[in-house]
Amino acid sequence: MPRTLFDKIWDAHVVERLGDGTCVLYIDRHLVHEVTSPQAFEGLRVAGRPVRRPEATIAVVDHNVPTSDRRHGIAESESRLQVETLERNVAEFGVPYFPLLDARQGIVHVIGPEQGISLPGMTIVCGDSHTSTHGAMGALAFGIGTSEVEHVLATQTLRQTPAKNMLVRVDGTLGRGVTAKDIVLAIIGKIGTAGGTGHVIEYAGEAIRALDMAGRLTVCNMSIEAGARAGLIAPDETTFAYIEGKPYAPQGEAFYRAVEYWRTLPSDPDAVYDRTVVLDAASIAPMVTWGTNPEAVAPITGAVPDPADEPDEAKRTALQRMLSYMALTPGQKLAGTPIDVVFIGSCTNGRIEDMRAAAAIAHGRHVAEGVRALVVPGSGLVKLQAEAEGLDRILLEAGFEWREPGCSMCLGMNPDKLTPGQRSASTSNRNFEGRQGPGGRTHLLSPAMAAAAAVTGRLTDVRDFS
Amino acid sequence: MQAFTVLTGIAAPLPLANVDTDKIIPARFLKTIKRSGLGVHLFDPLRFDEAGAERPDFVLNQQPYRTAKILIAHENFGCGSSREHAPWALLDFGISCVIAPDFADIFYNNCFKNGILPVRLPRAICDQLMADAAMGPNARLTVDLPRQVVVRPNGEEIPFAIDAERRHLLLEGLDEIGQTLAHAAAIDTYETQRSAAMPWLPAIAVGPRP
Repeated sequence: MPRTLFDKIWDAHVVERLGDGTCVLYIDRHLVHEVTSPQAFEGLRVAGRPVRRPEATIAVVDHNVPTSDRRHGIAESESRLQVETLERNVAEFGVPYFPLLDARQGIVHVIGPEQGISLPGMTIVCGDSHTSTHGAMGALAFGIGTSEVEHVLATQTLRQTPAKNMLVRVDGTLGRGVTAKDIVLAIIGKIGTAGGTGHVIEYAGEAIRALDMAGRLTVCNMSIEAGARAGLIAPDETTFAYIEGKPYAPQGEAFYRAVEYWRTLPSDPDAVYDRTVVLDAASIAPMVTWGTNPEAVAPITGAVPDPADEPDEAKRTALQRMLSYMALTPGQKLAGTPIDVVFIGSCTNGRIEDMRAAAAIAHGRHVAEGVRALVVPGSGLVKLQAEAEGLDRILLEAGFEWREPGCSMCLGMNPDKLTPGQRSASTSNRNFEGRQGPGGRTHLLSPAMAAAAAVTGRLTDVRDFS
Repeated sequence: MQAFTVLTGIAAPLPLANVDTDKIIPARFLKTIKRSGLGVHLFDPLRFDEAGAERPDFVLNQQPYRTAKILIAHENFGCGSSREHAPWALLDFGISCVIAPDFADIFYNNCFKNGILPVRLPRAICDQLMADAAMGPNARLTVDLPRQVVVRPNGEEIPFAIDAERRHLLLEGLDEIGQTLAHAAAIDTYETQRSAAMPWLPAIAVGPRP
């Protein structure tokens, strides 16, 4: 029977079938961070259980760490306690760890691929919903809660029921100024925030194949914003070239043996999907969200919808609530909307390619008066690479802040927050009410679009830049 | 884990779709190393204003819903972050059953690990139950997991579906890790076979800093 990429990875990881469809599924890689793990380690301690496979586990701090100078520690006491608790736990349980001042520290979903820890054909989990990012490597990667973190630490498995298969095919080629971020925002706009519930999305088609790994990671990252359990992309030559030589990837002869296996993973030509969605890449414009969930999105050439046009009362009320929260008026053009803050970074867009895209727009320009623009590299290595390329100087000269790596203003757990009423242009993944700080208003967009917003002080079509 | 069998109590109607976990508990309240004590932050942005005062129009700030044990909502409840702090906050507040047309996958999973029963029922029935819940303190719902029914105040029984394995763990209040460790021999065998078939699979060991 023909199988999809998801089916193949799933089948290869079933340890035992439990009767009603639930399987004990083996987990190859477990990424751990400071916010969703303390209660899990405490659970192990109370039950007297060890970590079954520390060598399949990697811990890092990212969610709550400050992005200013960190050589003198973390000022905020609760954040410091979480970081210290993780450090105590990794020492006690023997879990590999990249500490705060290590160059390899960074956002967990940036460092997994960067270090070659996340590889094709693997099952990868983390106590974070954006674990779907690693699906770009051709892996089955999904977010879990803290009880499941404890379950994986103790057993190296999870109890799971198989997902349905969904194919999202993006045909054709992207226009100038249109990026992976725009593709995934367009997909979410089309299928909705619950469009992928119960499914694993496989992204395919010419426009996906043409993406570099950074772009593929961006697309898979936001699978959860469509409600999908995971997103994945078949591994190909682009994937193998990216992995070769990464510190934790197989080396030498072992690498070629691995590639041989990885080539067997792509979906069989006649594999059947439960649902198929097709988009035309050429019709995708740079996208911007206008509401308080990622499906509330439109092309930058578009306008805010009018709730009066919505026949369903509950939906109309929800729409009115969104516009009121976002302080937008029905029919208002998106382009030209003034912004206060720009955030470039996150597990969605914190890689070196994203830094380059921002610097390309910033070069020779300056951040608009009254606008605060933060650039937060996704990892210490991204930061070093950007500095080696001189991107930090370009951005600093243009008036951007160049900060230390972490999740930062994506979720406002550290001091990088919006203040009530502030409007941001953000390369992150969620525009929920209060996500970037209580009362903050978020517009999601690509790094180039964010940089364009920074220098003009307004939501702007990046295609207007030469 | 606390078992879930039969629950009778006040149900609070929350007629909103796409209630995300940032709304259930914002990220700034996740800086804890404990599971307990999160009920005070449940639905913080909906429940409290910027100054921390209660918003009187929010359902959980009204009687009789301050003592609600059941929550009824619209589509895609619990979307967004994987934070288990969301079910922990519900439980700490006293809510151990959520009824909605559908749930986000991770939130749905997380409920079962904490003795919370998420019940999927069609939108029209959720709306009917919300109307029941709006009738005041005597309009109690019963959620009966052994019989897989929700009982309306008028006695009408509405059946719901649930995976047998999840139902079993919830009814018994079983420690899932303990259950899975009973399969340790199978996990050992799997690991041996896998490393034999894929000897190139590397282990993680943190070497010197680059």
